[in-house]
Amino acid sequence: MIKVEDLHKSFGKLEVLKGITTSIQEGEVVAIIGPSGSGKSTFLRCLNLLEIPTSGRVWIGEEDVTDKKTNIMKVRQNVGMVFQHFYLFPHKTVLQNLTYAPMKVKGLSKDEAEKIAYALLEKVGLSEKANEYPTRLSGGQKQRVAIARALAMQPNVMLFDEPTSALDPEMVKEVLEVMKSLAHTGMTMAIVTHEMGFAREVADRVLFLDDGVLVEDAPPIEFFSNPKSKRAKDFLEKML
Amino acid sequence: MSLDFTPFIPSLPYILEGIFVTLKIVLLAGVLGFALGIILSLFKISSIKILLWIADIYTSIFRGTPLVLQLMLIYYGSPQVFGYQIQPYTAAILSFALNSGAYVSEIIRAGILAVDKGQREAAQALGVPYGKMMWDIILPQALKNILPALMNEFITLTKESAIVTTIGVMDIMRRSYQVGAENYSFFEPLLIAGLIYYLMVITLTFLGKALERRMRRSD
Ligand SMILES: Nc1ncnc2c1ncn2[C@@H]1O[C@H](COP(=O)(O)OP(=O)(O)O)[C@@H](O)[C@H]1O
Ligand SMILES: [Mg+2]
Repeated sequence: MIKVEDLHKSFGKLEVLKGITTSIQEGEVVAIIGPSGSGKSTFLRCLNLLEIPTSGRVWIGEEDVTDKKTNIMKVRQNVGMVFQHFYLFPHKTVLQNLTYAPMKVKGLSKDEAEKIAYALLEKVGLSEKANEYPTRLSGGQKQRVAIARALAMQPNVMLFDEPTSALDPEMVKEVLEVMKSLAHTGMTMAIVTHEMGFAREVADRVLFLDDGVLVEDAPPIEFFSNPKSKRAKDFLEKML
Repeated sequence: MSLDFTPFIPSLPYILEGIFVTLKIVLLAGVLGFALGIILSLFKISSIKILLWIADIYTSIFRGTPLVLQLMLIYYGSPQVFGYQIQPYTAAILSFALNSGAYVSEIIRAGILAVDKGQREAAQALGVPYGKMMWDIILPQALKNILPALMNEFITLTKESAIVTTIGVMDIMRRSYQVGAENYSFFEPLLIAGLIYYLMVITLTFLGKALERRMRRSD
């Protein structure tokens, strides 16, 4: 589903990603963990070209998205993204947040878009909030709406960048639950997270990034019980 | 101090008619200036250097010279520039629109930059193309934040519109001045003009506040 080959990214002189090679199979859930500043967000953002890789190649499905000829907009329609700070459109209602892109980008009719939106709102447990504005929602509710908004485009891949890091502790669970049930539907997911319990339980694989290098790539049981590198050991000791 | 308004009462309707002249100029110039301001502000945040320069030079010129000069240049220059003499009224609308476009573009630019960068990324991540993103996501949020500043600009425009009197537009100002000349007494009709301008500004301020409240519905 996703293939990354020798991905480099620099901001000016600062090399943030130092040659990352990996792949994510269809239906696979991959947790990306690592210290702050190690390049996790940048890696994720290179997958939907919010950052343009300095070198290397990225395939989403059959498409080489790093090819200049590729239509970036088309690629992004198939790759949903959920941000730490939600970024809901504050001037649109919850329902409008969900229907905007399907209508304006994919050209769905209002009826079609709303049908999809209501079904998704039901899935994330927020049907009764359809006509509220985002400011009236709690953090956990906002993030569930943000997930639903991304899903409304019916993407093949979902990227999550620390989706629970901005939430009060009591709201983390409701968002993780939504993500868990999404994982069970067979969605391909790449999740940057500090929720080790969640990674252990839900992920098929854990990628450990440190200083722009992919240090470990292993199933969670293996990674958490027996990390190979010293850096991963140190990191896990601090986290647990 | 002696004030006697009685000789001016018959002329009151004549002066009041000027309100429509003033409003017409200000409204049209306001709308055109706003549209121009949006275009210029998009130039200013564009990554295309030449557009950026055009907008910056434009703004610098229109903010760096007196409005009354711009008005006269357009009015008296029209035969040489356009090949015929344009109406005072047209010159007034044109110069005010061009001038306020410069000011408004700065306001809108600041408003756009103040919108959370995440809004842009969220739209991009959904595959929303640049134009739609700007129009549907970024500008509405920017406008909401800058509504007070825009209202201010519009009020300034209303007050400053009195200078169109210099090219012979029959606005509130010119009418009161004429009435003053006919009666050999300027003080009272000018006071009347002042009151009219003041009431217009108060009304606009009030409307602006109401509009702002409406726009804040989503908070
Ligand atoms: N747009 C940018 N411009 C310059 N430096 C950046 C930019 N984005 C990220 N960085 C830098 O890249 C490094 C990795 O950032 P990031 O990918 O956000 O790490 P993580 O998500 O793992 O915390 C950091 O040092 C950060 O300061
Ligand atoms: Mg990050």
